[in-house]
Amino acid sequence: MAEYRHLSETAPSGSPPRGAGTVQRPAPAPAVPPGESSPRVRRWESYRTRERLAQLLFLVPAVIYMVAFFGFPVVKNFLMAFQKYSTTTFYTGEAPWIGLGNYRAVVSSSVFDKALVNTILFTVGSIAGQFVIGLALAVFFRRRFPLNGLLRSLLLLPWLIPLIVSGAVWRWILDKDNGALNRFLAATHIATGHPGWLTSTSLALVAVMMVNIWIGIPFNVTILYGGLQDIPEELYEAASLDGASGWQRFRYVTWPMLRPVVSVVLVLGVVYTIKVLDVILGLTNGGPANASQTIATQSYHLSFQQFDFGQGAALGNILIAISLLFAIIYLRANRRAVDE
Amino acid sequence: MIRSTRSVRAQAVLASMLALPLALSACGGSGGNSGSSSDGTTTLRVLDYYNNDPGKTVWQKAIEACGQEAGVKISREAVPGASLIQKVLQQASSRTLPDVLMLDNPDLQQIAQTGALTPLDTFGINADGFAKGVVDASTYQGKLYGLQPVTNTIGLFYNKDMLAKVGVTPPQTWDELRTAAKKLTSGSTYGLAFSAPANYEGTWQFLPFMWSNGGDEKNIATPQTAQALQLWVDLMVTDKSVSKSALNWTQADVNDQFKAGKAAMMVNGPWQFPVLDADKSLHYAVVKIPAPAAGKPIVAPLGGETWTVPQTGNKDKQAKAAKIVSCLNSDQNQISLGQQNQTIPTKTALLGKFASSNPNMKGFTDQIPTARARTGELGADWPKAATKIYTAFQAALTGQATPTKALEQAQNG
Repeated sequence: MAEYRHLSETAPSGSPPRGAGTVQRPAPAPAVPPGESSPRVRRWESYRTRERLAQLLFLVPAVIYMVAFFGFPVVKNFLMAFQKYSTTTFYTGEAPWIGLGNYRAVVSSSVFDKALVNTILFTVGSIAGQFVIGLALAVFFRRRFPLNGLLRSLLLLPWLIPLIVSGAVWRWILDKDNGALNRFLAATHIATGHPGWLTSTSLALVAVMMVNIWIGIPFNVTILYGGLQDIPEELYEAASLDGASGWQRFRYVTWPMLRPVVSVVLVLGVVYTIKVLDVILGLTNGGPANASQTIATQSYHLSFQQFDFGQGAALGNILIAISLLFAIIYLRANRRAVDE
Repeated sequence: MIRSTRSVRAQAVLASMLALPLALSACGGSGGNSGSSSDGTTTLRVLDYYNNDPGKTVWQKAIEACGQEAGVKISREAVPGASLIQKVLQQASSRTLPDVLMLDNPDLQQIAQTGALTPLDTFGINADGFAKGVVDASTYQGKLYGLQPVTNTIGLFYNKDMLAKVGVTPPQTWDELRTAAKKLTSGSTYGLAFSAPANYEGTWQFLPFMWSNGGDEKNIATPQTAQALQLWVDLMVTDKSVSKSALNWTQADVNDQFKAGKAAMMVNGPWQFPVLDADKSLHYAVVKIPAPAAGKPIVAPLGGETWTVPQTGNKDKQAKAAKIVSCLNSDQNQISLGQQNQTIPTKTALLGKFASSNPNMKGFTDQIPTARARTGELGADWPKAATKIYTAFQAALTGQATPTKALEQAQNG
């Protein structure tokens, strides 16, 4: 039990980004006592320079890491979107600048509107499903009962199976004629018409969303369960003494105490979901007739199937901009909430 | 204080989450070391995507034998098919291209366009006696850049027992195909299966219908292409002789359906023979893709891989690499590679003899002389046209638009 807690607590804060925190933290300014004699000041200053140098040296690895693995790809991708970047570029190194041409091309393409709407529906739907089911399961597993630990570790399964594998299995399950789901639905007389989960334009997006929810539940359960462990038992005891019902305990104790964790789960969820590629490629490849095409899959298609890396990058940048927009909204909302 | 560290932490988390995929995609693998002489003999690096047996071993033997003939050692790398182009692009930018490179034929012009390949006439190699479509695929701006020893295409497989049961002969025209498919459809068995997903595999399956009816990829918004698409719509939507699942089936899925008896006929290629032959109770045969009308020629798409000599800068090695490419394309190798890999020789003179050795191959070999390469007309612009084609048939098959309308919309992007 302890290791899950540990896992879930460290997961959102992660270790690499600590470097980012260090970069931004201002160096503590040593208070110089007023009216000191000059040699002492000099010694103080040389000490200060040395300390500065040491501080800088500590920063270097983090800065190099950030520039190499964060700065460079983002800048490169940003620039690529203004270039005619094709297969030829890889050999000749020539990528002519074409201004906003790539952006104009991807935005005016007939697929863009559809992909944008699909991206929003997919993200909102997936997050809602993952979160509600994840929270329900997390609250459920807070109770003590036999096999709790075993069941909870089984819940991690979707997370542990490679996506290519689970994608292939889901394709079988969701097959129109012989899929397990349709066989079940027909046998139980819920739906006898054999709906085409992956082949009907009205169901394909729902189907990929369902699978994505299934994949996302372990993440949500793990982190929310970790958050629940941090809520002191006394609060529930106090609530019980006050005569709070089960729902009231959740509404007035669990929910407010869990809010910081909830916001982390939701923001990470959005960032993870908005860029989902493998699930969709594995299940429907964006089809049928673009019914499950998202900005991420379209960007992949442009870059790696049509080899138009410039347009792919432009679409990728639009996706990053949407993620950033969401991140900023979240940060501001969060700040306001704490201020109140 | 709590607030600021929290938001810094949150920012950091977000930053890292956003950065990670980018960072990972930025640092792909790099090419291997170029083989140099260790004991005097030259080592040539060969890159291909035959990474599964039996193909892997068959090609290994053929390449090594050719290496021996050219007096060089071979260091061969076989990568998964999907990652070959990415690998080639990385090697092109880091100047670590192999000495001999295999490419899927529709990719050749794309890579030749970059300037990374050497025209084969430099080494005195020409493509005399090869089927025209095969040569077209390996030619960029009038110059031959690759030589393809074996090719493949798609034909119509049928289950002999099922056809005999309802008294249907293998269809030769579109009308016959519709009637036969309808008759063969009953219960959970469909009359026909093909692969129509939203990718190039789907386009490849649609091409024989589109091309045989006079359709052309330069402009798909034509009545000829619309008629071909109408046939698919009739088969799947009107007659329900083809499962709607075909919209999401790969050709391997189609083969599974056929093998399991869930489809009486299928559109597929000769590479499925080993899987089908493994089931002794399955009796099947292959005919040409049905023609729009009786006697009309079939224009099927050509598959298979072409062998090239990249610009490595080492003249001596390039000359030896050219010898290997030439050797792989010898009559003897074309026949033996064809027989061992269920593919078809590309020299038209060899076709007759080859077909007589395997009756099931005949359905395919008959189509080779008139077959076309996907990139023969549009070259490096083919991927865009291929995307339009699958976008159109997916829209029509899902009922989003009529065939004519769907093709118009796709053509206009």
